[in-house]
Amino acid sequence: MGYLAEQFKRSFAVAKKNVRIYYSKGPVIVFGLIFPLFLFLAYTIGRNMPLEELLPGLIGMTTFFTATSVGPSIMPWETRSKTLEKLVCCPVTPWAILLGDMFSSFLFGLAISLIPLLFTLTLNIGLLNFIILLFGLVLATLCFSALSVLLSAYPPTDNPSTVMMISSLVKFPLVFVSGVFISIGQMPFLGRIIASFSPLTYFTDLTRHLILTVGYYPLILDFSMVAIFTLIFLVAAVKLHEKTLTKRIS
Amino acid sequence: MNDAINAINLTKYYNGLLAVDHINFGVKKGEIFGFLGPNGAGKTTTIRILTGVLKPEEGSALVAGHDVSENSIEAKQCIGVVPEVSNAYIDLSAWENLMLMGELYGIAKKEREENATELLKDFGLYEVRKKLVKGFSKGMKQKILLCMALINDPEILFLDEPTSGLDVESARLVREKVQQYNRDGKTVFLSTHNMEEANQLCHQIAIINHGRIAAIDAPEKLRAQSLELQYIEVLFDKSVDLADLSRKTHVVKASLAGNKVRLYTANPSAVVEFLVDFARHYNLRILSLNTMMPSLEDVFIKLTKEHGGEA
Repeated sequence: MGYLAEQFKRSFAVAKKNVRIYYSKGPVIVFGLIFPLFLFLAYTIGRNMPLEELLPGLIGMTTFFTATSVGPSIMPWETRSKTLEKLVCCPVTPWAILLGDMFSSFLFGLAISLIPLLFTLTLNIGLLNFIILLFGLVLATLCFSALSVLLSAYPPTDNPSTVMMISSLVKFPLVFVSGVFISIGQMPFLGRIIASFSPLTYFTDLTRHLILTVGYYPLILDFSMVAIFTLIFLVAAVKLHEKTLTKRIS
Repeated sequence: MNDAINAINLTKYYNGLLAVDHINFGVKKGEIFGFLGPNGAGKTTTIRILTGVLKPEEGSALVAGHDVSENSIEAKQCIGVVPEVSNAYIDLSAWENLMLMGELYGIAKKEREENATELLKDFGLYEVRKKLVKGFSKGMKQKILLCMALINDPEILFLDEPTSGLDVESARLVREKVQQYNRDGKTVFLSTHNMEEANQLCHQIAIINHGRIAAIDAPEKLRAQSLELQYIEVLFDKSVDLADLSRKTHVVKASLAGNKVRLYTANPSAVVEFLVDFARHYNLRILSLNTMMPSLEDVFIKLTKEHGGEA
């Protein structure tokens, strides 16, 4: 137990380092802040919708883009600057390094996503729903940060733009099939099938439940699916990174 | 157990090529162990295995009594590493780099701050501790890497080409610090291309070529093993015919080094006697005459050629 606690502690040191170095990097700002903002403006301007109907999509999109913006870029940057070898030489397990990367992604996503979430306080959603929503946001941010670390696993490149391009190829289609712009219930049958494979679907459904009191899946299923996706992404990220670590260093 | 490092039958392939070929060696506690070899010989790969960065395909390595493959965290906890390429975080300050290393080694805040302050003062970096490493010179970057490697007061220090590309003053400082660290009873594993550095610093030297250990011994013993490489350097007042000299018994080879003649021999006293007779016979004056032991570089070149490749 002491060993695990010590590794967790060291993963926070990795996260602290990531916060200092990577938050201000160009791709993080572009993909984590500017892009989702303009995408949201393109979606809302001229549609004449009330705020409460816009908020589930806005929260979903903001959380997804911000929580997945830091993670993909860390590994290639560390590979390029050879600092990854320095980390691997230290008494830190690969999973602790990845947890640190995930945690720094999580903090970035959470800090930005809290802004639209606070808007929900201006609506009449009730304190209990707000707390459940906050819990859902934390869980979803964890899930998306785990996905972001997984996205940087393959190919084991030292070029951040390659990973950013690949992660965009995954992220953008996901936004369009996950009920961000149209609720799941309004989607055609095939759309609903595809949507069920996206973790973002369950988070946007969860926010619709708690803000608009209409959801497609039961709330408990939304939470469970986000938790299951988190676990899958995390395990897959650790396994894949462990396989590619040698290639990055040599 | 007296060995700080024990490599047993270590083997590593890179893309199907044998990079490290069943090597065995031991490094005693408190010694500076030099690891020499031409480019691509397997030095860095061996260091990466010993420091737990890479796993060997065969064999095992014990570092500070821990198997680096089985108990890599315990082994890494006892070592400090200065890799071949400068890899401090350039977007962090010198202080932040040291604090990060301290945290990764699980050192308590007060202790890591004390260690960092002492190291930065010792290496002359304390005044620039808040500056980003990005703006440091190569020498300063190498010093900060050494500070980072020493933050946990490791039992064993691994140095991969630590003075490569440094100016004379910085290289000397690094060598002094390595010796100072070793005087405290710590073990140093030093990979270098610099023969003079290895000769000055190391208690024992291993020469690796094509992934295999070509020789392993104390520097003076390695030189003594290659007595045919010792030579007599003589300067006459007039030029002489090299062919005349090289035909004599005991002379293995004759060559020119500037205006001096070098005669390679396993029997220096016989050649000195011959040179005196030779000078008398041709009415020459001997201006200087020196018997030279083979340098480590000579031994290195000989051994790396013998083991299947040019150095």
